[in-house]
Amino acid sequence: MQAKKRYLLVLLSCAFLAYCYFGGYRLKSESARLPYENLPSYVDINEQFYDRDLESSPHLRRTGGTQKWTSNNNNKNKYVNSNQRCRMETCFDFSKCRGEFKVYIYPLSEESETATILTPSPSYQKVLNVIQESRYYTADPSQACLFVLAIDTLDRDTLSTDYVRNVPSRLQKLRLWNEGRNHVIFNLYSGTWPDYAEDNLGFDPGMAILAKASMSVTNFRPGFDVSIPLFHKNHPEKGGEPGFVTTNNFPVSKKYLLAFKGKRYVHGIGSETRNSLYHLHNEKDIVLVTTCRHGKSWKDLKDERCDEDNAEYDRYDYEVLLQNSTFCLVPRGRRLGSFRFLEALHAGCIPVLLSNGWALPFAQVIDWNKAVIWADERLLLQVPDVVRSVNATKVLALRQQTQILWERYFSSIEKIVFTTLEIIRERLPSQPSRDGLVWNSSPGALLTLPQFSDTLRHYPFYLDVLGAEPGNKFTAVIYSQLGGPAASTSPLYRLIRNVARSVYVARIVILWSGEKPPPPRSRWPSLSSSVPLNILQQQQVPYGAGGIAAEQQLPPAANQQQVGRPASSSSISQRFYPHPLIQTAAVLSLDEDCLLTTDEVDFAFAVWKSFPDRIVGYPARSHYWDDAKGSWGYTSKWTNDYSIVLTGAAFYHRYYNFLYTHWLSPLLHKTVEQSQNCEDILMNFLVSHVTHRPPIKVTQRKQYKEQPPGGARSPWNDPDHFIQRQTCLNTFAAVFGYMPLLRSNMRLDPVLFKDPVSNLRKKYRQIELVGS
Amino acid sequence: MASKMALKPGPLLNRYRHFFIGLFVVLLLSFAIVVVVHYLPTGVYERHRKVYQHISLDNLDRVPEVIIAADAPLSEGRNPHCSYYDCFNVYRCGHTGNNKIQVYVYPLRKYVDERDIPVGSKTSREFYFILQTILESKYYTPNPEEACILVPSIDTLNQNRFRVMETSSALASLPYWKDGENHLIFNMVPGGVPDYSTVVELSLGHAIVAGAGFSSWTYRMGFDVSLPVYSPVVTQLTPDTRHRFARPWLVVSSQINLHPEYERGLWHLAQDHSELLLLEACTGANQGNYSMRCRGKEVFQYPHVLQRAKFCLVIRGARLGQPTLLEALATGCVPVMCADSLVMPFQDVLDWKRAAVFVSEDDLGNLMEILTSVSDDRIAELQRQGSWLYEQYLSSVRAITLTTLDILNNRVFPQSARTYQDWNMPSDPMASKSPLFLQLTAPRSQGFTAVVLTYDRVESLFSLIQKLVKAPSLSKVLVVWNNQRKAPPHPSMWPKIGKPLKVIQTKENKLSNRFYPYEEIETEAILTIDDDIVMLTADELEFGYEVWREFPDRIVGFPSRTHVWDNATQQWKYESEWTNQISMVLTGAAFHHKYWSYLYTTSMPGNIKEWVDEHMNCEDIAMNFLVANVTSKAPIKVTPRKKFKCPECTNTEMLSSDLNHMMERSQCIDRFSSIYGSMPLQTVEFRADPVLYKDSFPEKLKRFNDIGSL
Repeated sequence: MQAKKRYLLVLLSCAFLAYCYFGGYRLKSESARLPYENLPSYVDINEQFYDRDLESSPHLRRTGGTQKWTSNNNNKNKYVNSNQRCRMETCFDFSKCRGEFKVYIYPLSEESETATILTPSPSYQKVLNVIQESRYYTADPSQACLFVLAIDTLDRDTLSTDYVRNVPSRLQKLRLWNEGRNHVIFNLYSGTWPDYAEDNLGFDPGMAILAKASMSVTNFRPGFDVSIPLFHKNHPEKGGEPGFVTTNNFPVSKKYLLAFKGKRYVHGIGSETRNSLYHLHNEKDIVLVTTCRHGKSWKDLKDERCDEDNAEYDRYDYEVLLQNSTFCLVPRGRRLGSFRFLEALHAGCIPVLLSNGWALPFAQVIDWNKAVIWADERLLLQVPDVVRSVNATKVLALRQQTQILWERYFSSIEKIVFTTLEIIRERLPSQPSRDGLVWNSSPGALLTLPQFSDTLRHYPFYLDVLGAEPGNKFTAVIYSQLGGPAASTSPLYRLIRNVARSVYVARIVILWSGEKPPPPRSRWPSLSSSVPLNILQQQQVPYGAGGIAAEQQLPPAANQQQVGRPASSSSISQRFYPHPLIQTAAVLSLDEDCLLTTDEVDFAFAVWKSFPDRIVGYPARSHYWDDAKGSWGYTSKWTNDYSIVLTGAAFYHRYYNFLYTHWLSPLLHKTVEQSQNCEDILMNFLVSHVTHRPPIKVTQRKQYKEQPPGGARSPWNDPDHFIQRQTCLNTFAAVFGYMPLLRSNMRLDPVLFKDPVSNLRKKYRQIELVGS
Repeated sequence: MASKMALKPGPLLNRYRHFFIGLFVVLLLSFAIVVVVHYLPTGVYERHRKVYQHISLDNLDRVPEVIIAADAPLSEGRNPHCSYYDCFNVYRCGHTGNNKIQVYVYPLRKYVDERDIPVGSKTSREFYFILQTILESKYYTPNPEEACILVPSIDTLNQNRFRVMETSSALASLPYWKDGENHLIFNMVPGGVPDYSTVVELSLGHAIVAGAGFSSWTYRMGFDVSLPVYSPVVTQLTPDTRHRFARPWLVVSSQINLHPEYERGLWHLAQDHSELLLLEACTGANQGNYSMRCRGKEVFQYPHVLQRAKFCLVIRGARLGQPTLLEALATGCVPVMCADSLVMPFQDVLDWKRAAVFVSEDDLGNLMEILTSVSDDRIAELQRQGSWLYEQYLSSVRAITLTTLDILNNRVFPQSARTYQDWNMPSDPMASKSPLFLQLTAPRSQGFTAVVLTYDRVESLFSLIQKLVKAPSLSKVLVVWNNQRKAPPHPSMWPKIGKPLKVIQTKENKLSNRFYPYEEIETEAILTIDDDIVMLTADELEFGYEVWREFPDRIVGFPSRTHVWDNATQQWKYESEWTNQISMVLTGAAFHHKYWSYLYTTSMPGNIKEWVDEHMNCEDIAMNFLVANVTSKAPIKVTPRKKFKCPECTNTEMLSSDLNHMMERSQCIDRFSSIYGSMPLQTVEFRADPVLYKDSFPEKLKRFNDIGSL
């Protein structure tokens, strides 16, 4: 007993000692922590560091005020960029850009009145072409916000064959040059041997914005210039190849970890990095091979490693390395950027950058941390460790991101140029802009028009990421082309009644395009007051009936700015016009003669809510490649797969109406207008192009269309109709630059569809009934 | 206590000899421990403590003085062309090899000139917090030799409070200064009358400036760090209450340092727009009291008045950076930035488009049109994002300092840098974070690997394998032999199939073995299948694979289940009846991406994995939870229901063990959803069938016709 007590005592005293030692600071800190309370704040609210500006005008302060600019004396070149300090606020005339964002291209003739006529290099011609065919283009300089030169400025290396002489004098002749204000100058190469000076363009760009490859962070004027990628002469004008990645294998296991194959320069600027790559080459998982065998006099310049390097170089094939390597080294060449960058992105080979100070293409909007690994030329020997330390999950993510960026911004000259223009457009105060989430995720900024809405919740693509729902209501838009008899048994009326019975319908809009005027309001079926029915005539005379809707004008979308040229009002494309009456995210597009029961509508809507970015509909068609004709074919036969869902009965997101009307090239609209056909195919092209997914077919009852009595003039019976659609398919594929349609093998049915249980247990019973 | 005992007389000492020896040993040991802890780690600990003591206020008065001679050498002026690659010595970093920068803080010194006048005023509370935060952060090192970033402990926050020349000399006198290389200078109030430089005018050489109010001309991208102007008044705000306030004004202009030209412009706007509240400094009784703002005779408390407006103007004063930005964010007011060329706080990583409205200074006249065109949804989003950014990165000096260090760390170790999403998006449990975000239809050519978990039902296993082989897309069969007591059948006994077959003998009979990402699985798609599921036809398997190819990020399988909320018991219930909804697909026969196996094995939250292995149940529910939680998407059921041999099938007699089984699975759902903190499962009402399923069309022409036989 005694002993127990004693040892307890010892234990307690030990515990007390331990507490004093380890926990004692808690007792102490009470007093030790207080003192900072007595410290003064770095600024006092009454102290007036909130100084008032004494400059006479804030404008003067903004543009530099009385401050002296420190000038950069390092450059002794004749044509140094003297506007190193340009920013949008100081060197750009916003007043030219109050309206729409339009781009003007100088005609070739204006610049060549006296000089010989110069045709731009093929690459620059492509740049001009894509602008000219785009919705940005205007032929009227007074409408233009941005000006693009017809003088080829892509290659400003004096040793190059594409070098254009006398650019300064040519610029002088331009009436609208205005010291380069509001001009954008595209350039891939500047400077020449031996120093490859970045700012040596051979002319003074004045206050023009440079869209230039291989820019360095020190020369880059933030918020003013745009860094573009270096692209090959044969980079496609439109469309562009898809990325190499077709599988998301995990873990990404390739034969090589890191690869590079390319020239090295032995001497001069930027040569050290490539010259020392052989240190890392291990022939096993790291293959970095270089050659000095380029240029005319390589033998004179070669060093002691050249022969050895050349031998190693010949052992590997570049394409094979690209395909079979997880990471690809992108070292600087003479200039900071290299072709390797786009090639690696294309191949889904994660770029490992070895180019200190390079301002990456479009870095102001693209988060490159998600797609590349940064290495440091100063720490060359650490590159293998850095690359090995990237875990498998991150490799998978990086690889996928390379593909998204490649396909959305880089795969064609069109995308590169549009991205450049969009970056400039977003800086204009009157223009809406997009945040980084849009720029860095599928489908990318070029397909997410900020004019549609100022919140991402209204777009179909970001609901997942935001954890949002597309809404629980839809608007039915019925396109009435035939103008059938206004009897209560007419298919149109039956359709209206069936749709109105759905609990999810918010509004029914009828687009009346027949020659006859629509029947008077009293003849339309009477619906419950919760479902307004609006009848819009093609000539845009609104015609309210039923519900709450009275006479309503069709104002231009309230807070939506119009972009591009909306489809002409008489066109069949009118059915996809983003009417302000359509307020729900979901649009149910219907032909007047389709037969749908309420259950079918409800089920399709339930499915659409799971796939708000796709077209979800009933009748499907497919396309195929006709080898014999060497063109795309279209079939309406029953097949085991499909790639088109007809918009005569389909749900889609209303944002696609906006894209259809404002984003599609005028060329496509013209095709539809001329044929008065194919608008549904075009919509499928558009949605598949945006999502890279096939549409979704849901189950339907036996019949979709009413048999027209006595072979009436339904366009579906017209043999020309079919041929026309085939032609459309090929025209669209040509304008898009590729075939965006994708096939699907499956149809979505209600969970208990045709299952041997009582019909009473099934939620969507009408779907299993045959015919009407 | 112990000493009391020692005072007892001699015999007692003898009596308790063992006790005293014990006591002595204990004391000796504790003394030894104290010595070891104190001095062994080569003084690292010691120096650490010393720095702490230096920063306590007692010692702030007693810091050693350093006299700066009038002709002390100056560092070169701030190099405006510095970039990370030119001016930053990267070789100083990465010595510790854990992708973490090491930051050293100079010990506190008091710098005086030759006449004993201090070069700057007393260390400010904010600067004290900066130093304290660094000392307490994971980046701190007491060793200047291994430091990647060095922070002088000279308070340079407010340029009005120190003498520029002398402070520059003081900086140059620092022992490791080397023209400012890798030194980090904190500043929030740069410049002064009349130029108001947008960067602190010290001679800093190559030092990095973490400063507020940079313009795009002085900010060296990728090298400097842009800070907010910290506002001490935000501490007066009570954070909880700020969303309760109605916001009667659309926009408030509260600054009292506006340029007269802007003041006039705003005054004209306020005449036409009553929703613009234009505040000025007070006159009369409250003159000079800047915690009050006035409109005419109305007096408003500042910054509380910002809680009453949707938008708050932040306009350039003499300086570009204004504390109004933080005050607006702290009050849940959306900042309207009207300061051309201002570099926003932490602009390198934060996307301010998501939290603020930008109006160019020339456009101030259109302010009301610009703001009224912002939709209510958008205002709510801006507000939410602004508050979140504020909480995360800007709410205190501590948060600002840590963010600065994080950004520098990102620069030095870009391979572990955070991405746009990490910096700018609050993590939302409902949001999809799918690791398979590239929209792809998986290529058919690769095929799938069937992973069969088996214990000892060899006969059934063999017949299953025979069935599987009929699916043309099968590329390999992997048999996971979970029986440790019995060896798998001899290789010669296995059915001869034209596809590779591999048997893996596991070490333990665990259910999670079926989800192990075996190296042998070379395809993206895994078909997990129980050894008794022999009723699936080749067409069904092949079609299932086709559907999975279209949804490679989901579980695609055959038997489905759903979960329902039982109002009576207030619990989740597992439902296997014929329902119109599905929310789970049983992994007894389902396709999934190999990544999910990896995730199941490595990142299952809580103790779910252990629990499943222990109870030998619910591994399929766990997998459905895992995938739904990451992707926020429902699984996909293919083809009609058929009779699977399963214990919970309703058609068989409900044995008590089955009932128990069902109970347990209901409990699993409850348990998992409480571990996840919410119910991740998504319910859908559709299943996938072949396009021509049950259509009146010649069966021969259908690609998948053997579907749905019972």
